[in-house]
Amino acid sequence: MAKRSVPLLKQLLSSSSAASPSCSSRFTSHRSVTYMPRPGDGTPRAVTLIPGDGIGPLVTGAVEQVMEAMHAPVYFERYDVHGDMPKVPQEVIDSIKKNKVCLKGGLATPMGGGVSSLNVQLRKQLDLYASLVNCFNLPGLPTRHDNVDIVVIRENTEGEYAGLEHEVVPGVVESLKVITKFCSERIAKYAFEYAYLNNRRKVTAVHKANIMKLADGLFLESCREVATKYPGIKYNEIIVDNCCMQLVSKPEQFDVMVTPNLYGNLVANTAAGIAGGTGVMPGGNVGADHAVFEQGASAGNVGNEKVTEQKKANPVALLLSSAMMLRHLQFPSFADRLETAVKGVISEGKHRTKDLGGSSTTQEVVDAVIAALD
Amino acid sequence: MARRSLPNLIKRLSLTAAPPRSRTITYMPRPGDGTPRAVTLIPGDGIGPLVTNAVEQVMEAMHAPVYFERYEVHGNMKVFPAEVVESIRRNKVCLKGGLITPVGGGVSSLNVHLRKELDLYAALVNCRNMPGLPIRHEKVDIVVVRENTEGEYAGLEHEVVPGVVESLKVITKHCSERIAEYAFEYAYLNNRKKVTAVHKANIMKLADGLFLESCREVAERYPAIAYNEIIVDNCCMQLVSRPEQFDVMVTPNLYGNLVANTAAGIAGGTGFMPGGNVGADYAVFEQGTSAGNVGNDKIIAEKKANPVALLLSSAMMLRHLQFPSFADRLETAVGRVIAEGKCLTKDLGGDSTTQQVVDAVIANID
Repeated sequence: MAKRSVPLLKQLLSSSSAASPSCSSRFTSHRSVTYMPRPGDGTPRAVTLIPGDGIGPLVTGAVEQVMEAMHAPVYFERYDVHGDMPKVPQEVIDSIKKNKVCLKGGLATPMGGGVSSLNVQLRKQLDLYASLVNCFNLPGLPTRHDNVDIVVIRENTEGEYAGLEHEVVPGVVESLKVITKFCSERIAKYAFEYAYLNNRRKVTAVHKANIMKLADGLFLESCREVATKYPGIKYNEIIVDNCCMQLVSKPEQFDVMVTPNLYGNLVANTAAGIAGGTGVMPGGNVGADHAVFEQGASAGNVGNEKVTEQKKANPVALLLSSAMMLRHLQFPSFADRLETAVKGVISEGKHRTKDLGGSSTTQEVVDAVIAALD
Repeated sequence: MARRSLPNLIKRLSLTAAPPRSRTITYMPRPGDGTPRAVTLIPGDGIGPLVTNAVEQVMEAMHAPVYFERYEVHGNMKVFPAEVVESIRRNKVCLKGGLITPVGGGVSSLNVHLRKELDLYAALVNCRNMPGLPIRHEKVDIVVVRENTEGEYAGLEHEVVPGVVESLKVITKHCSERIAEYAFEYAYLNNRKKVTAVHKANIMKLADGLFLESCREVAERYPAIAYNEIIVDNCCMQLVSRPEQFDVMVTPNLYGNLVANTAAGIAGGTGFMPGGNVGADYAVFEQGTSAGNVGNDKIIAEKKANPVALLLSSAMMLRHLQFPSFADRLETAVGRVIAEGKCLTKDLGGDSTTQQVVDAVIANID
């Protein structure tokens, strides 16, 4: 039996290895997906580009190079904004309102000092009320946690980030956390709609309503109401401290998570960390009319000077975010090509930046991605 | 060795058995993208109602965000009812079964009538091998983009003298240009490498010559896409001997009809190929080729029509409406049913009814 099974074994192994070798040929050309564009769908679209501070210009430069190499039907209108400006320039806001879509690097937020973060300001001005981060294991990137595929949908405009602080008496400061039914309802609706449109099975609401009974209680109430309208999607709730512990011990239990502002920030960064790091997770902010794409988590983290000088920033997060942007603009085949190339480069493992354990520069990673495009 | 290798063997076999789920595609919808869309539905004649009903059942099972407004139209009506055209203009998207066209008799085909009324100038058929279909040709993956409004189908015929009929074939620069632009834009947006223009300009020097001229002009604007031309008779021969050389093909009306049917036949049959008609404002999805072929009485009586072509066309429709994950689920389910090979309709040599195929597809939706 052993002699007869060896050739069979060899044939099965060769056919199975032929079916799944390296990622680049397994995902190759989705030519079997039939997509019938409308006439004129190939017209190039304008996208506002904000390079930002620190590693921002480096990684947005990477995106521009890759878009050029793919001949993608997008062109960028670049605007210089820096974190130390008092507010986002009006012309930039006008440009985003015109183009509806923006790609940005991070803006450095000074600590303390009463200057509000321009990242937050932009989200409020354009009412980008949902922030979405997709944290998933990338094949080839070793992490301590497998089976991670979490989408964190975070309310982006109120909560602890309302920015309403005042000093009652010297030495005593009050910071207002504001939760409204209007905002909670719309973020819950977005989360369930996202789950419906993307064939996700479960939505988990993250809260601390045992302590903040009224504020987080209102958030939960809104989530529960929306959940009744989607009977095909499971809904459960988890207290945020338990959530953080569950994330690091059994992340596979989470699917889509809907959270208020602060918890979302922490949960998204934790989820990004267990799945491979904030340098690789894509994300974006969306509102009823506009969308701004940036690095999934830690958009305010613009790297330290050493990384900026040595030009060793990780462009993967922004490249995958720009693939999300291409899908948002309805150019799915370009998005597929970009994601396939990036995932292929990561799984090969030859060109990785410092945060992934390698020592490549940004430009080396970009060149590898361009070479991997089909 | 046999005992030790068995669990290893089982592990490797089970690894290859499950098709990969693409949950890692990140797609950020706009708020409100999940609102259900209205689609005009025309069941049509013959096997039409059977296969459109199959689509309705599957959409229901997937809870897809579409709802259908059904209208009865039959091939023997004189003209397309105005309310139906109204409805399509309102909804912008329509799904239809075939409409019978009587042979001869001077009654124009309602299928053609609808395409002209809504100016659906491009007909698109995607012919590709599907795992599980028995075929003689491998590596077929051809998209035929066919001009849909003029050419030999202009419908301008007259009897000069008794016993002598003239039929006008009309080719205009306007229509040739826009179909060529659509074909190259399609190739650009779908990462296709080559566009082939099919013609008979050695004989019809002015008519097909004008068509070729327009294609060449558009080709210059897309330097990254290879362009070549092939005479239609050679093309038919090449299709059946070496189909892998073709990628996207752009053709005038009649050649497109023949080339699309040939390509569908070599890839598995007209019962499987999805297709649609698109114009600047509207899109009508139907079985890829032979939309006028509504089956014979026996198939209708036994309810054994093949619903796959219309199911795959409705997946194209879901993508057109920007519901990509529903389209992916539908296509995966249909692909699995075909690959399994247990539920095959008569055109594939099996004996299943339409309902059995639909139930298998619904069972395979994840």
